[in-house]
Amino acid sequence: MESWGRYPRATQTVQTMRWRSDVPRFDGAKVLPRGQGRSYGDSCLNDGGVLISTAGLDRFIFLDEAGGTLRCEAGVTFEAILDLIVPRGFFLPVVPGTRFVSVGGAIANDIHGKNHHRAGTFGRHVRALELLRSDGSRRVLGPHDPLFAATVGGLGLTGIVTWAEIQLIRVPGPCLRTEAIPFADLDAFLALTRESDGSWDYTVAWIDCLSPKPGRGVFLRGVHAEGAARAPSRRLRVPLDFPAFVLNRHTVRAFNRLYRLATRPGTRLSHYDPFFFPLDSVQGWNRIYGKPGFFQFQCVVPEIGTIGSLLQKVARAGTGSFLSVLKTFGDLPSPGLLSFPRKGFTLALDFPNRGPATLALLDDLEREVRATGGALYPAKDARMSRETFVHGSPRLDQFLPFLDPAFSSSFWRRVTA
Amino acid sequence: MKAIVFGATSGIAEAVLRLWAARGDELYLVARSESRLAAIAADLRARGARSVRTATADLNDPATHSRLFADAGAFDTVLVAHGILGDERDVDLVMRTNLCSPAALLGIAAERAQPGARLAAIGSVAGDRGRATNGLYGASKAGLEAFLSALRQRMFRRGVRVITVKPGFVDTAMTAQMPKSRLFATPANVARGIVRAVDRGTPVAYVPGFWRWIMAVVRAIPETIFRRLAF
Repeated sequence: MESWGRYPRATQTVQTMRWRSDVPRFDGAKVLPRGQGRSYGDSCLNDGGVLISTAGLDRFIFLDEAGGTLRCEAGVTFEAILDLIVPRGFFLPVVPGTRFVSVGGAIANDIHGKNHHRAGTFGRHVRALELLRSDGSRRVLGPHDPLFAATVGGLGLTGIVTWAEIQLIRVPGPCLRTEAIPFADLDAFLALTRESDGSWDYTVAWIDCLSPKPGRGVFLRGVHAEGAARAPSRRLRVPLDFPAFVLNRHTVRAFNRLYRLATRPGTRLSHYDPFFFPLDSVQGWNRIYGKPGFFQFQCVVPEIGTIGSLLQKVARAGTGSFLSVLKTFGDLPSPGLLSFPRKGFTLALDFPNRGPATLALLDDLEREVRATGGALYPAKDARMSRETFVHGSPRLDQFLPFLDPAFSSSFWRRVTA
Repeated sequence: MKAIVFGATSGIAEAVLRLWAARGDELYLVARSESRLAAIAADLRARGARSVRTATADLNDPATHSRLFADAGAFDTVLVAHGILGDERDVDLVMRTNLCSPAALLGIAAERAQPGARLAAIGSVAGDRGRATNGLYGASKAGLEAFLSALRQRMFRRGVRVITVKPGFVDTAMTAQMPKSRLFATPANVARGIVRAVDRGTPVAYVPGFWRWIMAVVRAIPETIFRRLAF
């Protein structure tokens, strides 16, 4: 079995839950709940242990249209939720870069989106959840419960979330008014961020990693708006693993040029789908990296200067990254003891797995992040060191007492061994 | 549309019900487990069903059948979806669950059906030809298909359409122990085919459709050769 990054691979047995009342077998082997397996590294793998798939827990429980809340089982995907609620005038409070994640996964990783500066993380909008522990107990937790703070961002290690209740937001329809603005360097990015973060719900920047002057890119911003638009077709699919030679400096450069064209400057009305989930239109896009898989690298650092230095390292290495994304995190506190988002700047890069050269670059980037007081995102990590994890998790000691003794993951063994 | 679904907690039935709920249909669900029915009913209400009612019953007890139809009231569609894979030793149980109980229910449904009504049941490609690995299951589904064929003729002049749905391998609780191949379909995918077949009144619907061609080949193999094959 593999994660979305296809590295590493792991062997484990799978138990499935189809009903909330199901009780998995806890018979000594370490277990880990798994939703859609969209984490990139090994936080959704459990080598030698048991995965408890919650994909079959995919029922809605109650949509309260007056109060704008949705209660649903943990395996429901964001795609299913949006299909249900957008026609009824609601939207999810926070969405990540793909709509194929489950509610349980969104909680376990306390995910963030392009509106972090206004809404904070997903966990801030969870009003209640039920947690099934290996001792057979089921507890309904609210935001003020310490076990809730451990479970949000807790990487599935505190128990199995069976259902959750989410506060939705009201929207006028499926559309956003969006604007794309090219910028030349990180100073220009900062200025755009300052100008936009007060009045635009969603802001993010795409960075051209191979430009000679690191920091060039396109700033994207959007707000929910009235209007009608049809969702684009979701048909494209990567049917096979691409051989490694397909991805090189030239194809990545060509892709970046195309992306610049596709996000031509100006304001337009856009369906939410391409704005939030551009890669979802290519099913199985992770296969373009071929059998060796790829690494995601997402960090948060306090200073923009560090971002410039990281980008320079990447440009020098020349192993360009398809989608390099830069976003300013606001200062709304994340509710989870292990949540990744914190005030600063977050940069997400991906690199095809080319062996030792790739690993050396990742080590180099990681060292710089750690030295500047930053952190790496567990959901996208396959190799950070124990030291980096501990440095990046200031509330780790508070978390440990809530760990369920029957639960573990490949990631957890790696960073706590 | 008003639909009665027997075996409503099966993976295929639940997927069909979600599509009907999204169109605002009125649904009456029958299954054994009250808690599972409650979970599905809540989900279907959230998805837009005009109304959802549930009833628990052991459908292998024919005494329950009339009571259920009386409670459900008028209908446009009946879907019989309960069934078990069973063991080769469970002759009575497999036949009663997959053949006797569906036939009895469909018989009552036929008496109460109004012109334009749809009576559908889940058969199987396994009913097209007996194979070494699941002869009993195949026999029960073959029997059901013969019954449905007869009912289809009988009801035709009254304007009632009888639909035999024949899924191939579907990734549900029934097949949890089987190794998965490319032939496996998701319940959601199969459900789309079933909803279309019921809407159109298709007499025999293979879902997904490619099974029609696979089974045409399987049926065409002479028995003298077929007996040597093990699949």
